[in-house]
Order: sequence, then structure tokens, then C-alpha cells
Amino acid sequence: MSSPKTERRFVGKSVPRKEGRDKVTGAARYVDDIRFPEMLYGATVRTTSPRGRIKEIIFGENVPWDEFTIVTAKDIPGENYVALILNDQPYLVEEFFNHTEEPVLLLAHEDKFLVEKARRSIRFEIEEFSPVFTIEDSVNKREIIWGEDNVFKSFLVDKGNVDEVWESADVIVEGEYLTGAQEQLYIENNGMIAIANHEDGVTVWGSMQCPYYVHKALIKLFNLPEEKVRVVQTETGGGFGGKEEYPSMIAGHAALLSWKSGRPVKIIYDRAEDMAATTKRHPSHTRHRTAVSRDGKLLGMEIDFTVDGGAYATLSAVVLSRGTIHAAGPYLCPNVRIRSRAVATNAPPHGAFRGFGAPQSIFGLERHMDKIAKTLGLSPEEFRRRNFIQEGQTTATQQVIHEKVDLSGLMDRAFELSGYNEKREKFAEQNKSSRLKKGIGFASFMHGAGFTGSGEKYLESVVGAEATEQGNVRILAASTEIGQGTNTIFGQIASEALGIDYNLIEVAKPDTSNVPNSGPTVASRTCMIVGKLVESAALGLKQTLVGSGFLKDSGYTSEDFSNACRAYIEKHGALKSFSKYQQPEGINWDDEHYRGDAYGAYAWAVYVAEVTVDPTVYEAHVDDFVAVQEVGRVINPVLATGQIEGGVAQGIGYTLYENVVWRDGRMANNQMTNYIIPTSADIPPIRVFFAENPYAYGPAGAKGIGELPMDGAAPAILSAIENATGVSINHIPLVPESLMEELETETI
Amino acid sequence: MSEVNKVEITCAVNGEERVLHAYPMARLLDALREELRLTGTKEGCGEGECGACSVLINGEIVNSCLVPVAQVAGAEIKTIEGIANDQKLHAVQEAFIQHGGAQCGICTPGMVIAAINLLEKTEKPTEAEIRDGLAGNLCRCTGYMKIFEAVVRACQEEDVKV
Amino acid sequence: MRAYLPDYELRVPKDLEEALAFLANEPGMWKPFAGGTDLMVLLEAGKLEHTKFFSVWNLAELRGIEVTDESVTLGALTTYTEVRRNSILQEEFPMLCVAARETGGIAIQNRGTIGGNIVNASPAADSPPALLAYDAELELLSSKGARKIPYKDFHTGYKQMKLRDDELLTGIRLPRTTKSLRHYYRKVGTRKAQAISKVCFAGVAKIEDESVADVRIALGSVAPIVLRCEKTEAVLRGKSVDERTISAARAALINEIAPIDDIRSTAKYRLRVAANLLEDFLKTVRDGELN
Repeated sequence: MSSPKTERRFVGKSVPRKEGRDKVTGAARYVDDIRFPEMLYGATVRTTSPRGRIKEIIFGENVPWDEFTIVTAKDIPGENYVALILNDQPYLVEEFFNHTEEPVLLLAHEDKFLVEKARRSIRFEIEEFSPVFTIEDSVNKREIIWGEDNVFKSFLVDKGNVDEVWESADVIVEGEYLTGAQEQLYIENNGMIAIANHEDGVTVWGSMQCPYYVHKALIKLFNLPEEKVRVVQTETGGGFGGKEEYPSMIAGHAALLSWKSGRPVKIIYDRAEDMAATTKRHPSHTRHRTAVSRDGKLLGMEIDFTVDGGAYATLSAVVLSRGTIHAAGPYLCPNVRIRSRAVATNAPPHGAFRGFGAPQSIFGLERHMDKIAKTLGLSPEEFRRRNFIQEGQTTATQQVIHEKVDLSGLMDRAFELSGYNEKREKFAEQNKSSRLKKGIGFASFMHGAGFTGSGEKYLESVVGAEATEQGNVRILAASTEIGQGTNTIFGQIASEALGIDYNLIEVAKPDTSNVPNSGPTVASRTCMIVGKLVESAALGLKQTLVGSGFLKDSGYTSEDFSNACRAYIEKHGALKSFSKYQQPEGINWDDEHYRGDAYGAYAWAVYVAEVTVDPTVYEAHVDDFVAVQEVGRVINPVLATGQIEGGVAQGIGYTLYENVVWRDGRMANNQMTNYIIPTSADIPPIRVFFAENPYAYGPAGAKGIGELPMDGAAPAILSAIENATGVSINHIPLVPESLMEELETETI
Repeated sequence: MSEVNKVEITCAVNGEERVLHAYPMARLLDALREELRLTGTKEGCGEGECGACSVLINGEIVNSCLVPVAQVAGAEIKTIEGIANDQKLHAVQEAFIQHGGAQCGICTPGMVIAAINLLEKTEKPTEAEIRDGLAGNLCRCTGYMKIFEAVVRACQEEDVKV
Repeated sequence: MRAYLPDYELRVPKDLEEALAFLANEPGMWKPFAGGTDLMVLLEAGKLEHTKFFSVWNLAELRGIEVTDESVTLGALTTYTEVRRNSILQEEFPMLCVAARETGGIAIQNRGTIGGNIVNASPAADSPPALLAYDAELELLSSKGARKIPYKDFHTGYKQMKLRDDELLTGIRLPRTTKSLRHYYRKVGTRKAQAISKVCFAGVAKIEDESVADVRIALGSVAPIVLRCEKTEAVLRGKSVDERTISAARAALINEIAPIDDIRSTAKYRLRVAANLLEDFLKTVRDGELN
């Protein structure tokens, strides 16, 4: 490929994380670790009921209000919306509000305890309107709470003619599947610091995934030219999608307070505020109706997929898009119709979370595939094998798969590593006499890397590489390190491309005044899409050095390269090379009909879960987990394995532990004590295996990896629980209270 | 209500005598971060659930978000900043870097403290002991596997490049 | 931090006498503050209503585990870590050690105290069911003198207890009468560690000639207080552990407890799991598998 040497020196090696030392010594600086002189502390006063109109704001007594900076919607210099897709979400409520956590007022003071006291003293006089809390009520238009029909976005995918299959089908299987909300629960809460004034414009520092989203939003909020807004990412303590969009809100709030007070302002959410007010995974409802032949071939699939978007449109359209495209999975079916919609409810907007709609629709599909297999009298694996998509065949969007796909091979490997076949037999025998019931199950799935459809083409991401005076190469990209290893893999990709030492590669901190827009850090795109641009920008740098005679084309050492950089800079000044995304030939997407090449590449996987169900307390515990996937070339095995393990752990949480308790559209259990994520005592051994099949358009052959592991745990675990108990369950989270309802029919 | 005055508390932090000026009920976490600017100790939940704020007091691990300053007079406190010896990392820190124990890094200082505390009490912990010893420290990135591996490697001194 | 810190006082008395003086001089004005694992959480959430506290953390008089031939007495400030590590407790009061191990993580166990757990009076506390099953007795002290009270009589209603405004809990006495008992403790909390219990069951029993010679059962998170289930015990006493007895005991227990729906669980789940645990307890002690 692009490396000057055939032997790979850095790609495929587990080089240590670039910022690892700072992280283990506590030296890494997160937003709350930063302080400016004269800084004020900001707080957000929010609505307390789900839908209505604010009639009056009542300020509490015993608060020295004259010492406070107070910002309302009237203080906004530009547009009062968070610029994203539909621009319907206000920064601050003007009069009408649509969920219980909407920002109304902003306060700032130099005493952070006093700010909190002030915040808690404010009351609203409210006229209440009738709210909508469920997908069902929203779809049935019990109240119209958004637009004309409560629908943010809908899609239709149509392949073949599904209407013609029902009559001739041997078997028709129907099913309904539900998934709940999930909190990202990054351990670092959201936070921002802003310095904003008329002369210098607006600068914000904070925890985020997408600096240029924040940049775009602040430009609108303040009505400022691009160059007057600067966004700097600080070390970010996890995102998982939860810091994709909401940081624009907090950045705007901090900047408004700074704009008015003339002083730096810091807003750090505490855990309760972060959990209650910021985004979560979209709850979903999927209906399947499937026609199959007696010999186990899919003939037609009709899928109806609905997600709850919460009160404002935010990213729901794109979450819905990914969920829709993944809804028919890695199976060949000649006739498919998928109808989908994202609808409004009076809950805080749901947003991005690892997998982005796909875990929801894949859950429904994989549970349904088990149900069809059972109906046909086939084993779940045999039914899958008869329908796995192959090279040259088409997906639901009629994308022809041009790469070698071997899901059956992945399944063989996963079954071998997990002892699937032997355990199926052994558990069936043991369960007859044992109080504890054991089971093993699996899920097979795919996940598209990069933006959907034409997304990458419109995004036109840019990455830069510059030579430094020290003779290093610095990568310039807005792609953020949020724990997943951006800095490290960019370093590996660039060092591999240039054939120089990994330690000579620096990765610039994302700062919009210094790095080009390489797009948001989402959608499993950072390695495959942006990494490819890193590779070409680095090669561009080398080309200039070679072309200007400072470097031999090959056979140079790292030292030669550094010398060449220094010599070039001395003679010609700065040396930078930029690379802009160009869609590979042959990728075509029809946005109107939702047809064509939905993603440049897919990762493929088969996951196996082994569980024990304890009928005394109705708890299911995952005892072992095997994750086998094909993700192109693995750039860094330790980081890649860590991504899979972390995603599987979140998936286990999503399935068995994490239950958002809603009370009137508000998260009632917004504490780590009451929103249960798995601890080190709950997570089973997670055994990760990669099959490698280099992707021609990825850097050194890599595809995307970040979201994939979120998709497989839930259906695999529920399949295992069905194996253990004989009960087929179609909803998550499956907390013990729900499992009891499923397992016990008689009263106490 | 009459307001309480700040108090003066003397304690040792990372081997140095320090005087804290804080409200008596102020959290040790805030005193370390705000007053002493030792920001390596993190806040994740403020309710003793996540362990990101773990420090050692008199050699025992505690959640510094749950310790009021008034109770640390005369105590010896060790934070993540006091773990590495000059430029030489502790074996646990080195193992976390080598074996992928840190991803986003926000739980890492607390996790390193918990791992060190565990190894001080139990020289060669079993897997069950590692799981128990770290159960008070939540990590959302790693799924814990790489952290367990780092702890196991840290006990095998010869495998750790210190 | 949602509390306004200048509102909160935390004094540090130099010894027990000075601590008692806080209580005696202004009864009801001052409350003791031990390891802070519950009170600091309330403070952080802006929900700590009382504002004047004195720290008992450094009172050496309230520390230590004292062993005599008849009893083991835990100082009120005995931490979960100290409970876990104590060999006599491991041998004779194993449920207490399991409860300590399953309370929070190590950092919580280093700060949380048995006395604090009792006086905090949460119906979801993990150690009190074990203490009730072990017939614990509490030692209370005021500047006027000391008194003792059986723990089962101590809690009277949600967060209500027989502790006078001038009194301090100083010790917990456990009679050493457990050697012939079988112990069964199970905390149910969705995850294995760091959980607040949804149901917590502690039971001890002595089986002689295949019938129940002695039985003590206590549950957490199923009533406004941690509950000693004496009516259920009465149904069991003297009976052989067969299906009929189990069924009668389940029915008695369901009548005796009164769980609620809250954000952690449902009344229905708690009722059924409590009955299931009772059944599991009875079968386990009958079949001789020790906890």
C-alpha cells in the first residue's frame, strides 16, 4: 500500500497511547482543571415541568442579585437556536417550553456556592400544556407537540416488491421489539469555559467531540464572522456520542454569560444535571413482518422502525437514518420495505450514542431472526447461514457488496472460541436438574463506517500535516481524542506512511484557529475516513520535501527526514500539506429514494454471550463473551481490543442493567447510585478476535470500529436467556423486575 | 442563618505539610483541586459511587468527595500527583500505559490509586480480588479487561518496564 | 456541590466527653458526623437538612472490637473494612462480614461505620439485617449515663429511632451464641458491587431432629425500617422444613413485610424475591449447605 517499505513498522503494532503518561500521572488537563483569573462560575436555571408557557420568573429572597450576571433570551446577540440540522432548539426559552430540563436563565457569580444557592431559589409561574411521553401517543397525535404531525423525519427504503411475497410465502412471522433510553455516562461531566467580548469575539474551551459543530453554533448565536469564533477542545473524559451536540448548548451559555459580564465564565455540570438534561440514546419500537420459504430463505421483509426523538429535532434524522439502513442487517432478501420515523415527545432531546440507531434496529432484527428460526424449526445459526449476504449481493438499500464477506466463517470462529455447540448440549442437560439456568446465544450483524450516503461527500473533510522547526511532523485535524485513541492511530498512520519514527509525529490539539475541519468525531469515521486523509496529507508533505530536493524518495532514515524538514523550513519557511476528502469511485447514493451505497465499508461480526439466570432473584448474569469481527486492517491491537471490550461492556449495561426511570418526561434516577452501570465485578471475560481483510480505501487497509461493538451484545444476551429459560423476550433493558414478569405468570 | 467561617486545617499532602483554608464541611476533593491546584484527582459523581476522586488517607483509599476537610487535620494524604517518584512512574502507572488500562483517562487517576491500594494489601491478587478491589471505581471506556491486565502485569515486576 | 457551604458547621471535639457535651448543652441542635458516606451524599445533592454537626471520626473511645467469652462488642465507629478483616467476626458472624464486603467499594468500606449505618436508619442498609438476625444490642451513652437496648426495638418508623437528643450510639454488642446456627445472607441489588439493595435477606437457623429449633430472619428494603420478621419466625419454629411449612412461611412473610415501588425497584418484585429468598434460605439450611 502506501508505506515505502513492505514490512509494516507501526501499523498493526500496539504502540503506547500518545497521551498515556499524562493520563496516568494526573497531568492531563480536562476542562474543570482549567481556571482563569477573574473567572465567574455559571449555572443554568431550567424548566421544571414538561410542556407549557412561562408566565413569570420569581427570584428568591436572601440572594444578592445585584452581584449576579443574569442572562435571558433577550440578551442573545444573534439567533436563539442551536444551529445543527433543523435549528428548532432554543438556547434559552423565550416563553414556550417543551421539556422539563430546558434552559431559561443563566446566572454567573464568582462564588460557586452562591450561584448554586441562587439557582435553587428561582421559581417559575407556569401555564401547563398537555404533554406527550410515549412513541405511541406521539404517533397517534394525542397532542401535536412538534410541527404538523410530531414527525421530525421519516424514511422509506424499498427493494423489490414486498407486497407480492405474502401470498406465496410458506411462512409469515411477525414480531414487535422495544428498546429503552440509555445514558452515555462518560465519567467526565460536560463543561465549558468561555471568554467572549465585542473586540476579540468568542473563545471557548471544553469537553467535546466536534469542535466545528460548536464553532458553527456559536457563529449563529453571536452573529459573528467565522474568524471571530474559536473553539478549543480540552482533554475529554469520554463521549460515546454524548458530547457530539450538547456541548454547543453549554458553550453558548458560557459565552453569553461571558459576553455580558466581561469576564471568563466556567460552566461545569454536576452528575445530576448532566444525566437529567443532556442527551441519551433514542428509545425505539420496531415491528417486523417477514415472509420465508419452508427451506429457510428470506423472501420478504417489512420493517417499521420508530425512534423517540424527545422535544427537539437535534440529530434524530441522522440517528434514524443509520437505524433504518441497518434494520435489515447482513442478510440477503430480495424484497424489503423499511418505513421509519423519528417522533417528538416532551422529554429532553435524545441524541447520539455509540451505534447511532443501529443497536436499536439490529436488536429488533436479531431477536426476530431467532423467532423465525424457531417457527421454521431450524437452529438460529442454520437459519442465519442460509441467508448471510455474500460478495456481489445487495443490501436493503441495493448496495452491491464489493468486498469478500464471510459471516459464516466468522460464526464458525466465534462458535469454536466460545464452545457454542458443546455448551448448547451441556446446558440443556444441566438445566433439567439445576436451579440456576445457563444458556448461550449469539448475534450476527454489520456496521457501516463513516457518514451515511452522501454525508462524507458533502462534508469535504480536510486534514493537514505540517513540518515543525524541531523536525517533527504535526498532524492538524479537528478529530478529537476522547479516549478511543485518535492521537495514537494518527501517529501510527502518519509514521507508517512516511516511514519515520512514531515519536516524530505530533498530533495538534483540536483548536479551530489552528486545525482544518476534518469533520465531527462520530460515526466510526475517524480512523477510516480521517485516517486516510492523515495518510495522504503526510505523503503530500513528503512529496514536497522530495520534490524540492531535501529528501531522497526512499531509503532515508527518520533523522534524514527531520533534517529535511528543518532545511526546508530554513530555506522556504513553513511547510504544510492539506488533503481533502474525495469519495472513492463507484460510490453512489440516491438520497431521495434512499437507495445505493449507504456506506463505503462495513465491519462484520458475530458475538456470542453465555449467561446464567437465577430464578430466585430473576437476575441474568453474563458469564463469558466472545466477540469476533472483521474490521479491515487493525492499526493498533491493544486500542482496537479496548474499543471492542468497552463497547461490549456498554452493550451488557444496555441489555441488563441500565434503566432510565422516567417520571413525567424527566429522568428520575439521575444519579450514579440509581442508574446502574456494570462494575468490574459484573463484567465477564470479554474475548476479542479480529479477522483481517484490508479495505482498499482505508488507511493501511483499516475500516471503522468504534460503534460496532455496541450492536451485538443485546441480541446475543437475549438469545442466550431464551436458550437458558425457553422464554423469548423482546425488550430491553431486561432488568430483574422485567425478567420476573417474563418468567412468572402466576401471582405470588 | 449566620454563616460559618472558614477554618484552618493542617495536613500532609504528598509528603509536604500544607495548610487548607476552607469551610469545615468543604470536600477534601475541592480543597485539593481548587486550593492546592492538585487537579489530578477528578470528580465524576460527587456521591462516592465512581471512585474518580480516590486518594489515600493514612494509607487507606477513600473517596475525597465524601471527606469533609475538618476531618483531615493531621492526616497524611496522597494523591495521584504523589505516586510517581520524580520522573519514574510507579509500576502500576507503567502497566496502565503499556497494556491499555487508560482510555479517556478521567477514571485513571482514581483507578491507579485503587490498584496501588489493592497491591499494597494483597501482593498477588487473584482475579476475584482484583475485581473486588476495583469495584468502587467505575470506568465507562475499557470494559475493565485492560485494567485487570495492567494490574496483573504490574505484579509481575519483571514484565513491567519501569 | 448543590449545598451552600457557609450554612454548614462541622466541629471537631477532642474527646468523647466534649462530644457528649455538644449533645447535652444544646439537645437537638447538634448531630454526630462519622465517616460521612451518607451525609456527604445528601450535602452534595443539596438535601442535607440539618446544618450543625460535630465529628466523631477521631474519637478513639468509639473504635475497636472487644471480645469476651459471652460477646463481641463493636465500637460504633468500626468500619466495614475492620469488620471484613476481623477473624472472630468471620468465624462467628459471617453474615456481617459478607454485608460489609458488599457495602460500596473499598473506599466506602474504609469510611462507612456500623454505628453510622444504624443511626442513619436507612431501610436499605446492608448490615442491620445481619445485626438483627444476630440479636444485637446497642449501647447508648449520654452525659447522664449509659443504657442498652435490643436492636430489634430500636427503629420505630422511617428514620425514627429510640435515640434521645442527648445520646450517642457507642457500641454494638453481639452475643456469641451463633456457633450452632446456619447463616444465610443475600443482598439483591441489580449489580454485584456498589449497589443499594432492593431486597436484603439475613437469616440464621438451627435445625434439630429435622425441625426448626431456632430461627431469626431480618430483611432490608421491604418496609420503612429494616425488619425483624418475628411472625414469620413463629410460623417456622418447631416445624419440619417441608413444602407445607415453606408455603406457610412464604405467606406469613408476605403479610409481614410492606415493600413499596420506588426508582430502584417495584413492590411486586420485592415481595416475590423476599419470599423466594426465604424459601432458598429454608432449603439451604435444611440441606446443610452453609452460607
